[in-house]
Amino acid sequence: MNKIIKFALVLLSTLGLILGTASTSFSKVEGDKIILGAAVSLTGKYSSNGVHTQNGYNMAVERINSMGGVKVGGKTYKFDIIYYDDESNPKRAAQLAERLINQDGVEFMLGPYSSGLTKAMAPVTEKYGVPMVEANGASRSLFTKGYKYLFAVLAPANLYLDVAIRTAVELNGGKGVKIAQAFEQDAFSQDVRLGILDAAKETGSEIIIDDKLPKELNDMAATLAKVKATKPDVLVVSGHTKGALTAIRQIAEMKVDVPMLAMTHCDAAKLSKQHGKNAQYALCASQWHKTLTYKDKWFKDGMTYDKDFTKMFGYAPPYQAAESSAALLVFKDAFERANSFDQKKVRDALAATDMQTFYGNIKFAPGGQNVSKPMVLFQVMCDSSGKCENKVVAPLKWASAKLIHPIPKWSER
Amino acid sequence: MDLLIFQAPILMVQASMDGILLGILFALIAYGMALQWGVMNIINIAQGDLVILGGYIAYFMYLYGIHPAWGVIVSPIIMYFVGIGIYKLVINKVVDRDLFISILATFGISILFMQLMNFAFGADVVLANSGYGTTMLFDNSVTLPNSKIFAAIISIIFAIGLVLYMKKSKLGRAIRATAQNARAAKILGVDTEKVYAATFGINAALCGVAGALISITFTIHPYMGLPYTIRSFMIVIVAGLGNLPGVAISGMGLGVFEEFADYILGTEFRIGSVFLLLVLILVYRRFKLAKKREYLK
Repeated sequence: MNKIIKFALVLLSTLGLILGTASTSFSKVEGDKIILGAAVSLTGKYSSNGVHTQNGYNMAVERINSMGGVKVGGKTYKFDIIYYDDESNPKRAAQLAERLINQDGVEFMLGPYSSGLTKAMAPVTEKYGVPMVEANGASRSLFTKGYKYLFAVLAPANLYLDVAIRTAVELNGGKGVKIAQAFEQDAFSQDVRLGILDAAKETGSEIIIDDKLPKELNDMAATLAKVKATKPDVLVVSGHTKGALTAIRQIAEMKVDVPMLAMTHCDAAKLSKQHGKNAQYALCASQWHKTLTYKDKWFKDGMTYDKDFTKMFGYAPPYQAAESSAALLVFKDAFERANSFDQKKVRDALAATDMQTFYGNIKFAPGGQNVSKPMVLFQVMCDSSGKCENKVVAPLKWASAKLIHPIPKWSER
Repeated sequence: MDLLIFQAPILMVQASMDGILLGILFALIAYGMALQWGVMNIINIAQGDLVILGGYIAYFMYLYGIHPAWGVIVSPIIMYFVGIGIYKLVINKVVDRDLFISILATFGISILFMQLMNFAFGADVVLANSGYGTTMLFDNSVTLPNSKIFAAIISIIFAIGLVLYMKKSKLGRAIRATAQNARAAKILGVDTEKVYAATFGINAALCGVAGALISITFTIHPYMGLPYTIRSFMIVIVAGLGNLPGVAISGMGLGVFEEFADYILGTEFRIGSVFLLLVLILVYRRFKLAKKREYLK
């Protein structure tokens, strides 16, 4: 009896698999629809940012479609996206890229979340000559491989904290500063590190601590004790969300005094929500902030985007969502300029992109990275009631508050 | 190579204190692992995931406005039953098979737990704030977060409690008897099935305590269990099975060793140096055993 049940189970699951994978074949443009393919992380370790990415895409699709769609060859088309869950797994992402192209017949792709997954998909889209506009892979190595069909709307990783070092040097009267840095050992964080090394070299700054944190990092006590002993001018930390959270927790616990603290991923880490006033004065690199004054005709500006997104999804948009929305605007613009669905022509139109969106200016370098949008730095600032807000402090053009420097000592807080 | 620690010797105090506090916490997890390894001959790959699940229990208490420190009482109670449940569903089917099958089974449980936690709690890194302050020593040059001290004290209390329970209680004696010789214990009337279930439950409860402590000292995330499994595995290997004081000493020793390696070789060699130590110890043990065999000949 038991055997029969087992056999039936196996049979059923095989049938399920076959039925599940056999889908109708789409072509790139069906009726009045332009079908884009995307693999995003809906499960696995990147699932929260994967969902932000998907929400950003969906918001833009809805907005562009409701505002008249895309006009190509005198006809209007609407966007539609086929999504797959890449399970935060690079291998799976590469398979899904193959599947989207070969089985679903997709001819234009949107990027996944994270540099690692984008790296896994780019060789596939390149092989088939499928233009891919991605919004969440910033690693420098993506743009040095000579890919012709990869375009990124965001600034490359090596520029993330460059502004922080330059600001610190400026505040030091143009003289070099002492830098302590701790980076996770992954592609993205190591690229941020290279950016700091470049900035240090150019400004004559000295790197006195250069720690590499393990991927499963949850303890930075040793690094912070070294920082306490050596008293650098700037402490730089990059290790995704857990790096930012761990750093703030332990800096507060160990009462580490440092004049400037610069980090990545504070937006996603919701620093002030989890740590309250302990997060105060931290500088965070961000691709986008709602108070920036860029404009476009679909989303108007950052503040409106923030409001509309919050209404649609029930939470304020992190920059991961904003840059994902921008990717769709780039595609729309390129389709209209190419006035064709020929992949080669669309690719050339993408390469010639020069536009402003609510997210920032977009113009691609030959490597595919967006070079015309600088990173912004915001600082966590709290009022006396303990309510904290992120305020843009650099570059000065968009600053909505003055940088507080040096950070007050713990004994004075 | 960084000689900072020798230039500023006060860092040695900091490193040792950090290492000892960290080591005590890891020793608690390793203690649970040693217990069930000794009794049931199962290497539990899901150990770290049980820790993380325990951490989430404390985190949710924190979210609902209860101080997360209470997690060290609530979390083990819930985790005990989770442990019994896992035993009844999976472990009792592999407990008498060879080690490889049990490793595969617990590896499966580990993956399942990771995905379920990710599904239920989301992939965000979270932590619970205890609001305990910081203890400053030596004119503020050595800082010890009180949450770490709290974690170490609670770990010690639970460890001592468990040792006493093993010595004095009926179930404790039955567990020890089963560990020594399961067949003989069975013949003498010990319900080994019950002993196994209780052992797995106790192990899960210890993981629950450790998890609650980790949520207030470090961070938790559905995919962060494996390092805890590996650390406890190493502590048990170094200490040897059935050597409970050894587990405590090797936990602290590894903690201190790790911190010093961090200062001298750099953070990137922290875990690597512990593995290197593990290899050296295993080679040394083998060497010693070989000598003993020669002597017996």
